[in-house]
Amino acid sequence: MRKGRRERAVDLCGGGDGVTGKLDLDPVLVARARELARRAGQPVVDLARSHTTVSVERAVLRLAGVTGADPDGIPWVNRLVEAVAADVGLGHGVAVPVFDALVREGSTDVTLLAQKAAAGSVRFTQPSGRAATAARAAARKAVGAGIRRIDRRRAERDRLVKRHGDPLQRPWIYLIVATGDIYEDIPQAQAAARAGADVIAVIRSTGQSLLDYVPEGATREGFAGTYATQENFRLMRAALDESSKEVGRYVRLTNYASGLCMPEMATLAGLERLDMMLNDSMYGILFRDINPVRTFVDQRFSRQVHARAGIIINTGEDNYLTTADAVDEAHTVTVSQLLNEFFAHEAGLADWQLGLGHAFEINPEVPESFRLELAHALLARELFPDAPLKWMPPTKHMTGDVFRGNLLDGFFNLAGALTGQGILLVGMMTEAVVTPWLSDRDIALQNVRYVLGAAGGLHEDFVPAPGGFIRRRANQVLGEALDLLERIGEQTLLSAIAEGTFGIMKRPADRGKGLDGVAAHEADYCNPATDILEAAA
Amino acid sequence: MSGDKKQIVRPYGDTTGDGMVQVSFTLPVAHDKRAEGAAVQLANKMGIDPAMVVHAKPMGDGFTFFVVYGRVNHLVDLHAVQVVERDFALLSAKDVNTVIKQRLRRKLSVVGACIGTDAHTVGIDAILNVKGIAGEKGLEYYRELKVTNMGAQVSVPELVEAARVEKADAVLVSQVVTQRDAHLHNTREMSAAFREAMPAGRRPLLIVGGPRFDESMTDELGVDRIFGRGTTPGEVASYLVHALITQRKVMA
Repeated sequence: MRKGRRERAVDLCGGGDGVTGKLDLDPVLVARARELARRAGQPVVDLARSHTTVSVERAVLRLAGVTGADPDGIPWVNRLVEAVAADVGLGHGVAVPVFDALVREGSTDVTLLAQKAAAGSVRFTQPSGRAATAARAAARKAVGAGIRRIDRRRAERDRLVKRHGDPLQRPWIYLIVATGDIYEDIPQAQAAARAGADVIAVIRSTGQSLLDYVPEGATREGFAGTYATQENFRLMRAALDESSKEVGRYVRLTNYASGLCMPEMATLAGLERLDMMLNDSMYGILFRDINPVRTFVDQRFSRQVHARAGIIINTGEDNYLTTADAVDEAHTVTVSQLLNEFFAHEAGLADWQLGLGHAFEINPEVPESFRLELAHALLARELFPDAPLKWMPPTKHMTGDVFRGNLLDGFFNLAGALTGQGILLVGMMTEAVVTPWLSDRDIALQNVRYVLGAAGGLHEDFVPAPGGFIRRRANQVLGEALDLLERIGEQTLLSAIAEGTFGIMKRPADRGKGLDGVAAHEADYCNPATDILEAAA
Repeated sequence: MSGDKKQIVRPYGDTTGDGMVQVSFTLPVAHDKRAEGAAVQLANKMGIDPAMVVHAKPMGDGFTFFVVYGRVNHLVDLHAVQVVERDFALLSAKDVNTVIKQRLRRKLSVVGACIGTDAHTVGIDAILNVKGIAGEKGLEYYRELKVTNMGAQVSVPELVEAARVEKADAVLVSQVVTQRDAHLHNTREMSAAFREAMPAGRRPLLIVGGPRFDESMTDELGVDRIFGRGTTPGEVASYLVHALITQRKVMA
């Protein structure tokens, strides 16, 4: 009963053709919303295409084979990019100056070159003429080899999915582990897989998103999470490959392409066969005060890599609802989903790779709160029929009352089943109390299993009444989203962000963390990774 | 306590004085008769007697989850209850905003930084970033707070200057690195610089936080408040309102 990849993609989209047309959405309005999102997003894409960042350049070097870190733990890619930028600036891209130096040294070992550059024994120049042609060719060859490694990992995933199979049910069950110690995470993740988890996410250490480098090696200490490193990725993927064999379905692994190192995280995820990555267009800007330009440049590159690696992205719209009211601000989720979709498509991601986010965060004291949730969830389902939506559990209105929390999680699970969500993050009744205990996770999974077992196919029967509450509400939210998109259209996305249109934060384009790592392209800017990725797209 | 004479109480199930409680826990034992006996033994040692194991469920390899109902023989003496009072009230974000808006009638300006060579912004970001920590939003989330987060490795003169430019009501400093007592030296240097640069009445409230501080060392370090491990943004915001508005008005 194994299914081919194409079939699976459709499968994950919840009721498939059974779902669309349940809300009487006006196709003209939906098309208008997409057009407005495109108009708002295009100037940002243009900006991303004409700038680079230290992290994009470091990702290129990682693809070209630079590995490891200096004795202080600073990765050689950081040292090499710093050295090149000091000599010739960042605007040409580092690939050509680096490979020019390598050709001159008569070497092919880029990591060794990075070590020499850090010691100050290599000078970088931006070559011209024949030297430039040679450097460009060498860079393209090395980076191409890195991208082929990603291609091989993707093919490997396809083989393993074929061998072990996909989860029998949808939504896929997504569980979090976060001990801070990769060697503790592994048995917990394997136990979770045995207990029914289809996707394991390893939460990162608090504040990793603000580190402008990727830590190295296996790590055993973190703040409320485990550092994302290439070695930790490798260890966990290998452990879940064992689990996949054991449980007879391919268990997926998730991490985070967010913060200052998005492009490198995406690259490492591709190289180590991660299967999903959190990747949001505006999260870093709004919630971490990362410079908007830095974010958009990094995001575009990281999504191009995800597209190539066959990784499903998970966007972060749930975050809006944790800071703003989930009823009043429901339309900001829709707007963000439309923007995330536009940016994702532009970067080459297919619909089956778009785990657009949304969340069950309406105050349960609000009258008809569950019907409102259904309206919002179904709106997302109908607007993005081919995307595996990521359905996030209640957090804001979870209290220490674990009994009520478990009931709320049950309704969350039911809403997920009724509206054909693709990926369901398992809610914990002890949310906001403790990091989940073994028993909390077991009770939470029991809750999911009961609801999916009892009502997993209910989306087939669930068609809200014409003219009824749910249809009216969904159309109202779509209308409000259009109004907001129109308002953004009158300015630009960057100025809308600067003026605090999303969430409550004002984030001007000339402020925020990581701005000093952004450079405008020179006329001869060269990035072999982008060239290869865009040629394929 | 007025009118309530009852000082000795027991837990209440459905009858006064029945002492009934319900607990749940996990034992690292595979589920069998012996495991249930072990659960009863634990419950007995907790003072639950008789103990009824009403639910036992195997979880994963070698773990069992139990729900136990039973009667405890302990008495609670309400006279002997001691409560440690926080010296300021814990307010919700909404209440913080309301108090600032109504009584300060302008935004309350907060400047935060990691000073010295400390590059660990995890603490200051947990308190200031919207993202926050432990399910609580950071100070940026409060509409009535104007937050300037200077980030890491800020020099003391830079911090003093920023506090002046932003007309800071409060300065928040985070110190994680404690090598050779760097956190204490840096804090003293900072408080001395503020004392030198500004007269007492115009000096912002000085707050320092970090996992290795002793919260009682405020005088010694020359700061107004020290927050230790596990402090949440809500506590800091509540303290700001208390120290800068509520308490100040009372003193005036």
